[in-house]
Amino acid sequence: MTSFGKYLIFIKNLLVRRESFKTYVKLTIDECVNVGVNSIFIVTIVSVFMGAVTTVQTAHNLVSPFIPDYVISLVVRDMTILELAPTIIAIIFAGKVGSNIAGELGTMRITEQIDALEIMGINANSYLVLPKVIASIIMYPMLVVISAFLTIYGGYATGILTGLVSGPDYIYGIRFEFIEENVSFALTKSIVFAFLVASISSYKGFYTDGGALEVGKASTSAVTNSCIAILLADYGLAQLFLA
Amino acid sequence: MIEIENIAKAFGGKQVLSGIDGTFEKGKANLIIGASGTGKSVLLKNIVGLVQPDTGQVLYNGRCFTGATKELQTEIRREIGMLFQGGALFDSKNVEENVMFPLDVLTKQSKEEKIERVNFCLERVGLENVNKKMPSEISGGMKKRVGIARAIVNQPNYLFCDEPNSGLDPQTSIRIDNLIKDITDELNITTVVVTHDMNSVIEIGDKIMFLFEGEKVWEGSSVDIMKSEVKSLNDFVFATRLMQSLR
Repeated sequence: MTSFGKYLIFIKNLLVRRESFKTYVKLTIDECVNVGVNSIFIVTIVSVFMGAVTTVQTAHNLVSPFIPDYVISLVVRDMTILELAPTIIAIIFAGKVGSNIAGELGTMRITEQIDALEIMGINANSYLVLPKVIASIIMYPMLVVISAFLTIYGGYATGILTGLVSGPDYIYGIRFEFIEENVSFALTKSIVFAFLVASISSYKGFYTDGGALEVGKASTSAVTNSCIAILLADYGLAQLFLA
Repeated sequence: MIEIENIAKAFGGKQVLSGIDGTFEKGKANLIIGASGTGKSVLLKNIVGLVQPDTGQVLYNGRCFTGATKELQTEIRREIGMLFQGGALFDSKNVEENVMFPLDVLTKQSKEEKIERVNFCLERVGLENVNKKMPSEISGGMKKRVGIARAIVNQPNYLFCDEPNSGLDPQTSIRIDNLIKDITDELNITTVVVTHDMNSVIEIGDKIMFLFEGEKVWEGSSVDIMKSEVKSLNDFVFATRLMQSLR
């Protein structure tokens, strides 16, 4: 509970004693590149294979001749939009971006760079962390959209190449009884997950104390805690919006 | 001038500092000395507000810093320059960007004005043609000098130096000491240096505070220190044969 209280104070401190707006714009753009653009490669690889595997496994489980082939792509579509793109990519995001944030801030802490900012009268929480949080909230939903497209496309390519489903059937399935609200739900989840990953990882890095060993521990802890928070939030949001 | 009154600090039940009083005078190099683990750096962190003291207060020209509003603390901190033990240069910025950083964030100067000021400060600490180098590309002594340039770039009223000589060869140490002393005289600022280097004590110690086991046990000048009768101070000062020979 003490840790949670400290985390809430940390979040509150992001919004007080800020520097000029111009300073944050530049920092946020830099962070958007770090957080978003530099994650596109891993998101692409994971998404395409996620789509391919989901298609193969769904086809493998639909053995009844009464179930039409387009159900495969329907399942791939709904799984992708509701869970795979926002949640699984969030776990990847926590592993890549979360550990990077915690490592960077942890190193800055132990080498007194954060103290140097404080001494200059700069709110180090706000200066260092707020751009990361904002950049994550801007970029992660975009990554989720890219991921959803590539996952469904990966499933399409795999379905055709392996002969599990024809192109027209796949396209028919992804259009069949499409619920637009699912996309809004996925984007809402992605904003929440982005905030959790960026803020928890920053918190873990910011309060690192010790040396290189502790920076490593902070990175691990950032990923672990972010993943747990993502899964809890995933369940909570599903209950809230879908139940 | 900085005044500290009854500063005490404990970590996890261990008393690190007890009832420390003192005054750091303007235009002087004020040294805090003592063996490793006596609380010198903790005292410095209490003075600059990186650590909150359990009791006591710190006054900057009569303004109480301890427990002050965030606005007043920020105002006072913007009058402070600090050289950290490892330099604390920002890894992602080159030398010029590091020195310019306080100007970028805290002032509204034009780019040209900022570059002129940065070049002046780098020249002042004896560094030229290193503007575009990254911190990882320069030596330890150069990092300290860049740290000093960054500390003075915004024309501070107070300069703090935490172990400015640690990890440096004797020649570079003396150069850094002299630089700190010259800057103190030139800018007429209050400088506080934490050190356990006896060369620094002899070279630049206008006013010296000696800490032993978390308590202030002696205060005086570099001349007085050679004639001290305090055992713990003598054990510290005359630990080496060189110093014994000077006695």
